[in-house]
Amino acid sequence: MRLTDSEQAMLDGRDGKAKQKAMDLLVRYAEALGAERFVDTTNVAGVPAYYSPVLLDYYKVTADDAYEVIYSRFDLDSDEVVEVPRMMVNSCGLQGGVDAEGWKTLGKSYEALRMSERSEAASAARGVRILKTCTPYLAGNVPKQGEHCAWMESSAVVYCNSVLGARTNTEGRESTSAAMLTGKIPDWGFHRDEFRFATHHIQVEVDVTSVMDWGMLGYFIGAAVEERIPVVTGRISRPDLIRHKHFGAAAASSGGVEMYHLEGVTPEAATLRKALGSKAPIAVIPYGKAEQRRTYDELNAKASDPNVDFVMLGCPHAALEQLREIAGLLTGRRISENCKLWVFTSRAIKAEADASGYTAVIRAAGGAVLTDTCSSIAQAVPPGTKVAALDSAKQTHYLPAIMGIQAWFGTTADCIDAALTGRWNGRRP
Amino acid sequence: MSAAPQPATITLHGRKVVGGYAEGAALVTRDTISGWGGINPMTGTVIETRHELRGRSFKDKILVFPGAKGSSGWSAAFHVTRITATAPKAMLFNEMTTKIALGAVVMRIPCVTDFDRDPLEVIETGDWVKVDGDRGIVEIHRGPRE
Repeated sequence: MRLTDSEQAMLDGRDGKAKQKAMDLLVRYAEALGAERFVDTTNVAGVPAYYSPVLLDYYKVTADDAYEVIYSRFDLDSDEVVEVPRMMVNSCGLQGGVDAEGWKTLGKSYEALRMSERSEAASAARGVRILKTCTPYLAGNVPKQGEHCAWMESSAVVYCNSVLGARTNTEGRESTSAAMLTGKIPDWGFHRDEFRFATHHIQVEVDVTSVMDWGMLGYFIGAAVEERIPVVTGRISRPDLIRHKHFGAAAASSGGVEMYHLEGVTPEAATLRKALGSKAPIAVIPYGKAEQRRTYDELNAKASDPNVDFVMLGCPHAALEQLREIAGLLTGRRISENCKLWVFTSRAIKAEADASGYTAVIRAAGGAVLTDTCSSIAQAVPPGTKVAALDSAKQTHYLPAIMGIQAWFGTTADCIDAALTGRWNGRRP
Repeated sequence: MSAAPQPATITLHGRKVVGGYAEGAALVTRDTISGWGGINPMTGTVIETRHELRGRSFKDKILVFPGAKGSSGWSAAFHVTRITATAPKAMLFNEMTTKIALGAVVMRIPCVTDFDRDPLEVIETGDWVKVDGDRGIVEIHRGPRE
């Protein structure tokens, strides 16, 4: 591990104890990876000193005095509690487990709300942007092409690398908290050119156009390539932000895809040859009607009861256009008495949806617009939920296992129809 | 002579991920392991549906597996196992990722990777395994199979 003078100074404690502990953790992490140096990062997204009952109990602290204890001992893996100064680089906080406004709807306790608020306020006081979303790129944090980032949240990581051409590995809580204080992250993996080339070639032989189509394609590809890097060619329409978001999130949950290339679309895939780095792919994998149907059936294998009692949208957090679509489908209508509708988004996008009148339409129809979390992260569904309807392959991957419920997967319109009728009428493509 | 007898001890050489020494019974899986959503860090058990270790505890075992997958909460979930005293004693794995590197560091248990032979081929659940993390040396003593 080669350290620059300023890195060595931090490690020696010349910039204070917190940076020393952060550098100590980052050096151990870099050595574990086999990295030889750090890169300077200017954009960090994490969950600094996120409080949980187990941590408060273990460190014998209350929500009022926990921040530096948890930041030091858990986030920085330090045996000593240090004073946590202002963050050194642009830092933002990702989603948490409770909505500051809709916590009662989520069934959360006042104590859970208070933990979240105290942790958030202490982070904000140190300069962390409180974005509270899995989609920081929709809430005002858009990295530039080539920018070295240190991001958590697999769906945001894949978006950052693939769509924006910025560079991040899937970082964890401890490495992001250390990077916020130091502006350093190991020079390994996606920070390096040679790591970013495609390994697998996916040939799409069926039209992929709708958001659901893109979610299914991502889900198929994640299972097919696991942690590798796909390049996709063939019958794909130029996807918008929402399609990228659903595609990447799906590929990052059925597999561990951290970067993808779409020929002629994404910034490092002007041509197939460029995406592959002039090398032959490890495998060429076709995706046709049969693969698409099989993916749809796999996603719907966790449901058998057509009576839907819960519809959850907004995974990853809804973009404004998605809230507009949902409001459009609900205008002048009322959801079924047997069904609840929760739509999750970021605080930033909700402010826009409020201003645009979409939130009011969704509420008038009987639905709720919630922020900061989702059903999987909050481990929250309405009491008595047995069967959910979802338009996200990622949420369909996680929610049934986490909450022990059935889940249907379909289009946003299928889901709104289920909310209105209490019945699943989604159709296989 | 019939078939050569199995040597009592097999030694693997790899690269240190985290130093330290531990020994214990091996728990081997060919499935990658998810942290957040894949384990219960309060009990030290695998909970992922369809995982071959589902319901099994890795507490105090030498965990031998291909590597990490899933959410970026991997390190934090395994970090909590250190706090709840349900962590494995050591980890041996093949596929290096940021998730597992960071998780290994904050769990503070010896970890080795980049082996001269595939540990998934050599080690079986129940073998007694000695891990010298600093030197990257793993000694396997055939134990009673589970």
